[in-house]
Amino acid sequence: MGAFTNSRALASARHIADPQPTNARTEPVWIRATLIAITFAFLGVFILWPLLTVFHEGFSKGFGFYVETFKDPITIKSIELTLLTAAIAVPLNTVFGLAAAWALTRFKFRGRQLLIALIDLPLWVSPVIGGLIYILLFGRHGTIGPWLMDHNIQIVFALPGIVLATTFVTFPFVARSLIPLMEAQGHAEEEAALTLGANGWQVFFRITLPKVKWGLLYGIILCNARAMGEFGAVSVVSGHIRGKTNTMPLHIEILYNEYQFAAAFAVASLLSLLALITLFLKTYSESRTAQQLREAQELTIVSK
Amino acid sequence: MFNRFTPRIMPGFGLSLGYTIFYLSLIVLIPFSALFTKTFSGSWAHIWESISEPRVLASYKLSFGVSFLAALVNGFFGLITAWVLARYEFPGRRFVDALVDLPFALPTAVAGIALTALYSTNGPIGSFLFEHFNLRVAYTPLGIFVALTFIGLPFVVRTLQPVILDLHADVEEAAACLGATRWQTFTRIILPALLPALGTGIMLAFGRAVGEYGSVVFIAGNLPLKTEITPLLIITKLEQYDYSGAAAIGLAMLLASFVILLLVNLIQWWNDKRTAHDTEEN
Repeated sequence: MGAFTNSRALASARHIADPQPTNARTEPVWIRATLIAITFAFLGVFILWPLLTVFHEGFSKGFGFYVETFKDPITIKSIELTLLTAAIAVPLNTVFGLAAAWALTRFKFRGRQLLIALIDLPLWVSPVIGGLIYILLFGRHGTIGPWLMDHNIQIVFALPGIVLATTFVTFPFVARSLIPLMEAQGHAEEEAALTLGANGWQVFFRITLPKVKWGLLYGIILCNARAMGEFGAVSVVSGHIRGKTNTMPLHIEILYNEYQFAAAFAVASLLSLLALITLFLKTYSESRTAQQLREAQELTIVSK
Repeated sequence: MFNRFTPRIMPGFGLSLGYTIFYLSLIVLIPFSALFTKTFSGSWAHIWESISEPRVLASYKLSFGVSFLAALVNGFFGLITAWVLARYEFPGRRFVDALVDLPFALPTAVAGIALTALYSTNGPIGSFLFEHFNLRVAYTPLGIFVALTFIGLPFVVRTLQPVILDLHADVEEAAACLGATRWQTFTRIILPALLPALGTGIMLAFGRAVGEYGSVVFIAGNLPLKTEITPLLIITKLEQYDYSGAAAIGLAMLLASFVILLLVNLIQWWNDKRTAHDTEEN
């Protein structure tokens, strides 16, 4: 799954010594120019234009109005809820991602492929199903809903439900970015440290963690972006209680449906900014991952 | 169940695997089981009615049909984009490369309202298409197509890019030496090598598009039988407290996802076998 893994970084790390393309490997200038033009046109219309529209519409009523939007207590509440949700969901999935990557890349065991497939499951199902399953379990007519009601525990239409749905949707990201990287790096250094008397935790914190830090950052960034922007799954479990269970994307929906377009786009521009920062950090951590891999490969070549 | 005969050097097998399975069960497996128990808590008649009433059937046709078209268009433009990014040097290449991931990083609701603003009849693209071609995009299946094309692109590009980078230079050079034109090299040498990745990318984009909700609901118009996608119907059922009906449609979609997943794995398995064969020959 190219979009979620470091496969591009891995591929470019394999091609440090790739020579300049010879004539036999490239097309005539006019074809190259046409293909580049098609790429620019397609990405320009389909991706860049929608992005610019968000900022254009957000500032359509002036800078004063834009700032005013973020003074609205309901908007502030939605931002707080989004930050809180991500602050719980992302660390949970990070710890899981590290544990899963350790188990799956350091050991061979039966059922390994099945486990990888199950970890990917949340990527495969509709976000709406990601919300649905928690309603079916914890909702008023859900499997354990009545019991929860008797004990006055609220999960859906409250923070726990929103956190659960977000955790579900962003579940595989950290694991997904670590598994191919740790697989490619191998564990020769870890074994050396163990022979020299280090214990498991020392090996993990002093060797593995520094080795995978850029790949880990990559996964956390993606996980965080999806956690803050999740709409479908959260929409199902939130209950849309204004000022209480509306995250930023849900708040955008409400503003938009009430024809407060400029305000909706102003809040949307904040999330778009987050997306841009995410892309920047992602590109940076990808190049660092590739570099780390290259260094590791050079080391192996030297030691051979 | 585990292989106990090879001595383990690395520590932490029990802890890491145990935690992985525990957390997976808590967040994914146990909640998923509710999908099955709730579906089959209703009568068979109700399940069948829920997944086969005309409104639901119309939504399958729309969701799967438009998703497939969007995935094919992404396959075409994604191949060009991936090729350009992997092979050519031009100003702005890094920027374009980062831009490809935007649909992935941009929250779906943001994409939804931005596309609607662009393609409604008073938006810049929408008004142009309406005045010159009498074409309405927003609030029609065409709008859904635009949204699904937007979200699917990174899947095709990011699946193809590493494969293009990994192509062997000598094969292309040999073809050129033996007198093949560049077009012949492309259609007979390069394209066959890229087809599995292209197929995988298209299926990934398709799978994502079928389940997509956020970017579609704003631009779709959501008219029953016309522009109502399947994920939206699940939400409608939930709002009517028809839990088993919602679960049944969810399960039907899940089965469809599994078929797609299976197809992707088959493509990859076929490709692995083929490349393994190639290496042996080398």
